[in-house]
Amino acid sequence: MTDIAPVITVSNLIKQFGRFAALRGVTAEFAPSRFYAILGDNGAGKTTLLRTLAGLNHPSSGQVTILGSNKFRNICREVGYMAHPALLYDEMSGIENLGYFARLYGIADGKRGADVIRAVGLDPELTRPVGQYSQGMRQRMSLARALLNDPRILLLDEPFSNVDLHSARDMVRLLAGLRDQGKTIFAVTHQASLLEGAADEFIWMEAGKIVARTAEFTEMPKESAR
Amino acid sequence: MKSLYSILVIITGLLLIYAMSAALMPEFHLGPLTFQGAPTEQTMGSVQRIFYYHVPSAWTAFLLFFINLGASVYYLIKRCQTADILALVTAEVGVVFCTIVLVTGPIWARPVWGIWWTWDMRLTSTLVLWLIYVSYLFLRKFSTSGQTPVLAASLAILGALCVPFVYFSIWFFRTQHPQPVMGGGGSIDPRMLHVLLVNWLAFSCFAFLVCWSRFRLEKLQRELDAAHAMRSLMDEPAHPRSAR
Amino acid sequence: MSGTLGTSSPPLQTPRPEAAAEVPPSAASAPSGITRATLLKDLRLEWRSKDAINSMLFFSLLVVVVFSFSFDPSAEESRQIAGGLVWVAFLFAAVVALNQTWARELRNQVLDAYRVSPAPANSLFLAKVIGNFIFVAVLETLMTPLFIIFYRLRAIGPAWQLLLVAALGTWALVVNGTFFAAMSIRTRSREIMLPLLLFPISIPAILAMVQATAAILTGEYSARFWIVLLGTYDLVFTTGCLLLFETVLNAE
Repeated sequence: MTDIAPVITVSNLIKQFGRFAALRGVTAEFAPSRFYAILGDNGAGKTTLLRTLAGLNHPSSGQVTILGSNKFRNICREVGYMAHPALLYDEMSGIENLGYFARLYGIADGKRGADVIRAVGLDPELTRPVGQYSQGMRQRMSLARALLNDPRILLLDEPFSNVDLHSARDMVRLLAGLRDQGKTIFAVTHQASLLEGAADEFIWMEAGKIVARTAEFTEMPKESAR
Repeated sequence: MKSLYSILVIITGLLLIYAMSAALMPEFHLGPLTFQGAPTEQTMGSVQRIFYYHVPSAWTAFLLFFINLGASVYYLIKRCQTADILALVTAEVGVVFCTIVLVTGPIWARPVWGIWWTWDMRLTSTLVLWLIYVSYLFLRKFSTSGQTPVLAASLAILGALCVPFVYFSIWFFRTQHPQPVMGGGGSIDPRMLHVLLVNWLAFSCFAFLVCWSRFRLEKLQRELDAAHAMRSLMDEPAHPRSAR
Repeated sequence: MSGTLGTSSPPLQTPRPEAAAEVPPSAASAPSGITRATLLKDLRLEWRSKDAINSMLFFSLLVVVVFSFSFDPSAEESRQIAGGLVWVAFLFAAVVALNQTWARELRNQVLDAYRVSPAPANSLFLAKVIGNFIFVAVLETLMTPLFIIFYRLRAIGPAWQLLLVAALGTWALVVNGTFFAAMSIRTRSREIMLPLLLFPISIPAILAMVQATAAILTGEYSARFWIVLLGTYDLVFTTGCLLLFETVLNAE
């Protein structure tokens, strides 16, 4: 449906690291309130694309428009980012971490941290430092941090990596619920089977370009010579 | 462009021959013409002639670092590749000229004062400048960021901000702990000044030529890298390393 | 610990903290609030990891002792060179502290979380500089009595000026050090890049610190010029670093 304004538009995005081009001309539109899974081999450019969307990478050329704005700074309140490292302080407890990050977003509501921790299925009273969590708990706490500012867009880089199946399934359910509430979710993952049934669209990347966009998860559409 | 470059090479060559002859001899002949060079200094003799390499090199380095500052500021504002290459090139050539100052200094000091190093104002300031811009080159070399030009430009600006402090602090230090001043204070013989300025002009032209060549080289290298990047993944299977 | 996650989670239905329209920033989101929050967090974490503090304290004692073995002058000579000695020791300790500035943030890529948030980069920078200043000041406070004892130091000039020199000098090292520590995040050989970038630019400040200290200890001349130079240096470089930090932080 092209009558709905796209939430993110990427046009001819090129990102070059010396002699290596991570993105070689990515052009796409992404509609709001959808759950996108970004798949592809290592080196395909998935993480680079996500980091560019999150404003962490500057493209060598091309444009990214998020919620109508070219400058990430203008819309940073509407974006939540999560990556494979937890983006949390190992030495603090979960609630302390969220308390600090809430200050960064200017969230005055003292209960917000506890609320999001409960929403991801963890106990806000837990005083153990995050460094002692299992990977599943860390990723959930990291997701809680990404949800602190109730963003319209979630950018997740390998959120299920090394996470136990139970936690991963819980997270997928949560994300699907968030999508139903109107959020747009992008998840880069190697575990596409987890997202079967939850994701609206699977985006396949190869060699720095988007090669296919499918509604269902099948094997890699292009049978390229390996 | 090529013809302009060749013309400049010839002009610079001629200037350098004239300037060096003037520096080395009180009177010299170029073909049928006779020219007046620098007179021999009374107290120090012929050794003093190194002055005509020492001082203009310092001035040339200073000029190059000034251009580096301008290019760095311009880069931060406009993010223009040309400005970044100019900054890199002037820093490299500037460091070379600083090295000349630091080498000619001891060569001069040793026979005249018997010591290899004097904490003379010019020498000390040049040393600090040399250190700052060598650290700049190290940053460029060791940076793993995709935005090395931004980091380098920031460092260049801070380094340039430091320069007045370098001169002020060393000047005051000198007034409190006086040491022999190289090049002599006070007024200078107009013939010596003439030779000095001619050498500065010659060195500046030479620096310009070297910068130009290096600029072209760097520009080509970057274009090559960009072309490589766009092509490299088309012919081979996807890179095995993770995307970053 | 995993609880069940329902798709309708009431907590996330709470009204969004700030609408996109212009909202006057609450005290929590004002830059000074963020600086204070970051500084308190760092101090709290530093206090919790007592190992780091203890090892730094012991380290500062070691430095003083090693210096005492290396330079064993008479009382009169010591006043002349004490300025240099003390500040080299402080510089040494400062570099060790500065290399740790961003260690916690780098461990789990927390800097990414900061960059993605609306928090201004300068708030983070100021918090880190003040934190480093406090840390290095504590080390200096511990090392100074030891130096006074080992070198039988006594200030012939106005001793209160020493405090001013210490404050201005430490700030000069710490503000540039924190900035270059952030720069060296984006380089190979991080630990060597910090001093490599810091030392050349700090030379005028170091000269001023050492000369001012020598002037005050020997009482032979006034330290006023050096103090004014240090103050100006601090002003210029704090401004420069504040203007450039955001660019450097985001230079990935």
